[in-house]
Amino acid sequence: MSEGQLTPPVTARDHAAGPEEAPVTLVEYGDYECPYCGMAYLIVKEAQRELGNELRFVFRNFPLAEAHPYARAAAQAAEAAAAQGKFWEMHDMLFEHQDALEAEDLLAYAKSIGLDMQQFARDLADPAYTKRVRDDFRSGVTSGVNGTPTFFMNGERYDGSWANKAAFINRLREAARQAAETSA
Amino acid sequence: MKESDFAGPPAKILGAGTPAPEFTLNTTPDQVLSLSELRGRPVILVFYPADWSPVCGDQVALYNEILPEFREYGAAILGISVDGVWCHAAFARDRKLHFPLLSDFEPKGAVARLYGAYREGEGISDRALFVLDADGIIRWSFLSPIGVNPGADGILNALESLDSRSAPARAESFRADAPEMRP
Repeated sequence: MSEGQLTPPVTARDHAAGPEEAPVTLVEYGDYECPYCGMAYLIVKEAQRELGNELRFVFRNFPLAEAHPYARAAAQAAEAAAAQGKFWEMHDMLFEHQDALEAEDLLAYAKSIGLDMQQFARDLADPAYTKRVRDDFRSGVTSGVNGTPTFFMNGERYDGSWANKAAFINRLREAARQAAETSA
Repeated sequence: MKESDFAGPPAKILGAGTPAPEFTLNTTPDQVLSLSELRGRPVILVFYPADWSPVCGDQVALYNEILPEFREYGAAILGISVDGVWCHAAFARDRKLHFPLLSDFEPKGAVARLYGAYREGEGISDRALFVLDADGIIRWSFLSPIGVNPGADGILNALESLDSRSAPARAESFRADAPEMRP
């Protein structure tokens, strides 16, 4: 295996926003309690607006639980919301309220995005979702994730800066153009 | 990885097959650890430039999260930088680290030099990784560009291949004094 290759690649198991046939797929390994991921959240939103259907965005969990005591439960809340088809609604909610991720906060967010609360409470404690978060984490380690957030563009780890919004979006455009050329 | 990714001339780090040089360093203000004390299990040596790098999920924080995976291979992990013992103590407490940080402080960088992982101009160690087998032989090493956190995939792959090699090795342990190196 070579360094910094997304393993496993994106499949139907992943949470993806944007068309499957988009020329560029951006995968983020992130942590809902990590302030840098909170900054990256806004930049990814902007990239999604700018690139439109050219971009598919995938989020995988990489909770740094030793540093961030609420990160794992937050990740599990997003997975439990996904069980009701509302992964991205919860994802956004968590990143927009990074400073309030305690159990009662998670329940309040679930309610505000209209989840079935009984099912949500059940899923939040379901070991299947704990395992899902753990599996994401392990796949990140195998892929060469080196901190949060770590991005992969079309399967390759992106070691450049994401904090420079314009450069990051340009790099995505370039990846889209390269992919379009090779498939043409 | 391209040569041009390295800032300055590439250091010559020790490679696979080399016996890992012995060292004794402080792990806390009043405790020392010698590499040879860990003989009998794989050891991961993580040389890194400095404590307090300003990102969360930096290299040592990442390894701290992955400790359960390393333990599955019975491996010990040691972080090594030129920072002093009190600095390490504060850093480890702040980041809630559960593995030792060794202080390569006096003479400065002496151990990093032994492994070919010292950056003369800057007076810090490189980002260099070494995986040692149970006999203290380096089985894998990797030098990362100073600005790029190498992650843990290389370490895990190295431990994995060590693991598949050590199964027959255990069966032949009665020939442990045989001089030739196992493939």
